Amino acid sequence: MSPSHRSSSTTRAHRLNETLVALPPSGIREFFELVIAMDDIISLGVGEPDFVTPWNVREYAMFTLERGDTSYTSNKGILALRREIAGYMAHRFGVTYDPENEVLVTVGASQGLDLSMRAILNPGDEAIVIEPSYVAYKPMVALAGGVPVVVTLRYENNFRLDLAELRAAVTPRTRAILLNYPSNPTGGTFTKEECRHIAALAEEYDLILISDEIYAEMTYDQEHYCMADQPGARDRTIVLNGFSKAFAMTGWRMGFAAGPADLIAGMTKIFQYSMLSAPIMSQNAAIEALRKRHQNVPHMVETFNQRRRLFVEGLRAIGIDCHMPEGAFYAYPCIRKFGLSSREFCTRLLKEERIAVVPGTAFGPAGEGFVRCAYAAGFQELEQALEGMKNLIGRL
Amino acid sequence: MEKILEILKENARTPVEQIARRLGRDEEMVRQQIRKLEDDRIILGYRAVLDPEKSGDELVMAIIEVRLTPQRDTGFDAIAQRIHKFPEVKTCYLMSGDYDLHVMVEGRSLREVAAFVSERLATIEHVSGTATHFILKKYKEFGVTIHESERMTRLAVSP
Repeated sequence: MSPSHRSSSTTRAHRLNETLVALPPSGIREFFELVIAMDDIISLGVGEPDFVTPWNVREYAMFTLERGDTSYTSNKGILALRREIAGYMAHRFGVTYDPENEVLVTVGASQGLDLSMRAILNPGDEAIVIEPSYVAYKPMVALAGGVPVVVTLRYENNFRLDLAELRAAVTPRTRAILLNYPSNPTGGTFTKEECRHIAALAEEYDLILISDEIYAEMTYDQEHYCMADQPGARDRTIVLNGFSKAFAMTGWRMGFAAGPADLIAGMTKIFQYSMLSAPIMSQNAAIEALRKRHQNVPHMVETFNQRRRLFVEGLRAIGIDCHMPEGAFYAYPCIRKFGLSSREFCTRLLKEERIAVVPGTAFGPAGEGFVRCAYAAGFQELEQALEGMKNLIGRL
Repeated sequence: MEKILEILKENARTPVEQIARRLGRDEEMVRQQIRKLEDDRIILGYRAVLDPEKSGDELVMAIIEVRLTPQRDTGFDAIAQRIHKFPEVKTCYLMSGDYDLHVMVEGRSLREVAAFVSERLATIEHVSGTATHFILKKYKEFGVTIHESERMTRLAVSP
């Protein structure tokens, strides 16, 4: 049969990369379509602050545009920004980096994740992912040719990492462990001791740690312990962070990676071919955001902390079990006792009470029985959402 | 105490129950603390912030710069007392710089405000001069933007 006679659907199936075709669709997508079709809903489904970027940052970005800053920048990012980032990492998290070759400005922490996976994984290398997890980790590992190996956290264990289970997941093919703390979606974080144990394990098996610490500023009842600050960890850790969450700058797509020079050089090599440089206006805005962070960040974090208490106490008061999140802006209540799947619970909450929360299963199969509620919403909205949840469970 | 004040400064109508939950404190204790703040006159009052156009508010406001001759024993205080006790005076501040008192006056009409300034304010002993500036439009009041021009572009669900 000549090529022109092949059915187009067969041809189409072969047009995409096999790894990509094998990837399951994002668990959040289908639910998203359902939500988007409705208006006038209260959404606790958004992994994004409800603050607009502080005015000084927006105003400074406009100033730099007026000044004519519209060019490419160095692949690694504007040096002044890398210096600010290095200063921030040193002052805030106690880890020193050379802004010349140990810091890379990325397009969101998401790109840092992609670059780090592609930079370190060989085909078939394993990377450990801790679930429930942010939706991108497993796909990013797979798209970089690696094999994600899942370690599951359990509610009964307060979503704490069982180090024996982590150790058991290590094989001779293991190359890296992906960490995300405070965590999306559970809101859990690591104690200093847990950080040390993870670092020691990485050292023992000579693993690389990819530590997504995008929610570090939003750590409420303890310090945030940067993975790179743990004994023996600095030179095997790529810290991913950025401006989306604590700086309320999601749409600017500004992130950074900090790590040992060889790993950053590897990531930069991919970056220079695929991205050239991050947008200059966003980089300029990030400089201002870091310089004036004391003006803006503490106030927003305090607001999230108050919402956290209000919402989680509110959940408990209406009879929904929820551990107290230690960081980020997510509550991850358990809805098992209501006899619905996560998806059914979310769909009914949406259709009957017009409240959007995300099924826990979007973050891995371990999320069945849970829903993720982003409390990045106004106090009034949170109280309305609690009221709606109370109404729904009253009918179950 | 400080955090309660911050919450009330942002929204004085925040229910006590909500304040208690937000701060992780006992409701009754928060209620008592607010009462104490009021008793100690740390909280002096609560009022609504209005959009004057939508509220049908036809009142005219002016800022009056007032120049004074200070008095030997009482400085500016005695004269400021005399001025701020008029109900027409909504705000009265002692200023550094070119003039001494910054007085905001409210009236039903331009004429009424002008009359108050010329007949009552300017004639007070030791007031050496006044300059009246009428307010044409308010953009922001007590930290509240009056015509909100920003909109939230967030999606309803995101990972």
